[in-house]
Amino acid sequence: MPTAPFLIGSASGFSGDRTDAAGPVVDTLIARGGPAALMYETLAERTLALAQLEREHHPQGGFDPQLDDLVGPVIERCLRHDIAIIGNFGAANPPGAAQRLHDLASAQGIPDARIAIVHGDDLSGPAYRDLLRECIGPQFDDLDVVSANAYLGAEAIADALRGGAQIVVAGRVADPSLAVGPAMAHFGWAADDWERLGRATMAGHLLECGTQVTGGYFADPGFKDVPDLHAVGFPIAEINADGSCVIGKADFTGGCVDPRTVKEQLLYEVHDPARYLTPDVVADISQARVVDLGNDRVALGGVTGHARPDRLKVNVCYRGGWLAEAEISYAGPRAEARARLAADVIIQRLGPDLPVRIDLIGAVSILGDDRGDMLRGAPHGSARDVRLRVACSQHDKRQAQRIVREVTALYTNGPAGGGGVRTTLKPRLNLISCFVPREAVRSGWNMLTPGSTA
Amino acid sequence: MTSPTTTSAATSSASLTAATLTSATNSVASTSLAVPLYRLAHSRAGDKGNRSNLSLIAHDPAYYDHLVEHITADAVARWFGYRQPAHVERYLLPTLCAMNFVLDEVLDGGVNGSLNLDAHGKGLSFWLLDMPVAPPPGFDANGDGIIEQTVD
Repeated sequence: MPTAPFLIGSASGFSGDRTDAAGPVVDTLIARGGPAALMYETLAERTLALAQLEREHHPQGGFDPQLDDLVGPVIERCLRHDIAIIGNFGAANPPGAAQRLHDLASAQGIPDARIAIVHGDDLSGPAYRDLLRECIGPQFDDLDVVSANAYLGAEAIADALRGGAQIVVAGRVADPSLAVGPAMAHFGWAADDWERLGRATMAGHLLECGTQVTGGYFADPGFKDVPDLHAVGFPIAEINADGSCVIGKADFTGGCVDPRTVKEQLLYEVHDPARYLTPDVVADISQARVVDLGNDRVALGGVTGHARPDRLKVNVCYRGGWLAEAEISYAGPRAEARARLAADVIIQRLGPDLPVRIDLIGAVSILGDDRGDMLRGAPHGSARDVRLRVACSQHDKRQAQRIVREVTALYTNGPAGGGGVRTTLKPRLNLISCFVPREAVRSGWNMLTPGSTA
Repeated sequence: MTSPTTTSAATSSASLTAATLTSATNSVASTSLAVPLYRLAHSRAGDKGNRSNLSLIAHDPAYYDHLVEHITADAVARWFGYRQPAHVERYLLPTLCAMNFVLDEVLDGGVNGSLNLDAHGKGLSFWLLDMPVAPPPGFDANGDGIIEQTVD
């Protein structure tokens, strides 16, 4: 079993992340010279549903639309330096993404890259209808399902890498598994080595949101300052043979890694710290410790793990009617009062059958609740530049359209000085999660045969 | 805002801060000095479905026990009362000088159902950090952000 640390860099933390992230990470991995991998996390909860809709229109698409920009700048260097690339950028079409990566590598002089495809997460087919109905209940029959995907774990990724893959393309896998897979393959860990898997899972958890551990989603001027936030660097984890890690970042970049950034990300989206559930393991950070090593390096210790859950989480996306939003601004003396009057006009016009959410952007907007309790309870202020926002969700498109019309009509029929109306009406995708028995999901991998998926 | 109050003129110059909202809802019995929680700790919000988790991490290990004593699950549930959390659970992480609060059903349905511009509740960590807390013994509040808190 190797003893030197295994480096895993993060090159994307969500769908829509920066496409210039990978360059400095790969430069650093090459400069340090050890065994390394690069991971891309590009799937938010509903990204896959949007990708599925895209594939309906363009059967060759449905993978991450930024794939070329994300991977293109570094694919040649990674392949030449034995830096494995692992990503969930396959979204709704991993074979399509794999083919695209093959074409990218070929264009850069490497026509024989070994690219693996992880399959088995897609449960949207007829074979899984009964299973999903059983897990969701009778309401499943009323859903206009767009996508259904199980969260796969690290095993197929690790198997593909052990099978010689240089790039592994997945759809839905648990985010930390993108790091656990290559660590398992590198160190030869067993799939029931709960302590090591638990530790590597938390390393993956620190990496999975990109710069959220290196100073992104962190800066608060005067309290938590971050140097050169505009050039914040992406993280690199040094994984040890026992699964513990040191978290750092790409050389010559902005941002910072210190105990505060690491603690915030360690607890991000965690519920019970003793039971962080993934398909691979139940990780336990209840006794975690962080040690500042200086120079933007922090060691994470004290993590352990317990036997993995018997069931896998499944996200089912379905069409959820229409979301209508409309805004109008008021400025100058008594702006807030005029905006509140405009809200009153809207509510009286729409009546009780069409409940809407009201925000006063510039006074109370995101802290409020859909019912408006906070806005109602707040003292009326004297904000001088206020934007009224009205929003509703309706199954019937014509009902949703009514709020668009009513807000627009405020131009001439509402309080004085209203301007800048903007409206949107768009279809909604809703999400329901359930759990299915692990054995019901058949996952695995295969190596791309170039040209076979076109 | 299903039964809005119509105003013909803004009568208050108060901005909508945590302190003014608190003073608007509490009856005045006595006062004590408090500092906003951000003086003692930092926080990050995460979401899963209709559930929000808010970490609370002491700026200084010396503040941790004081935070554990004062920032209880009940206190956080009251502070987020306008969001009507179904349940608030607090987990202690003494080795990190941190706590983790899990607030059930505070996201108006979460990313799907909510009409909130911030459907993830990303901003909720800074609402938590606006919560007034008694300064720990020996804390030099130095005037910054001091709140005259009303106490029942």
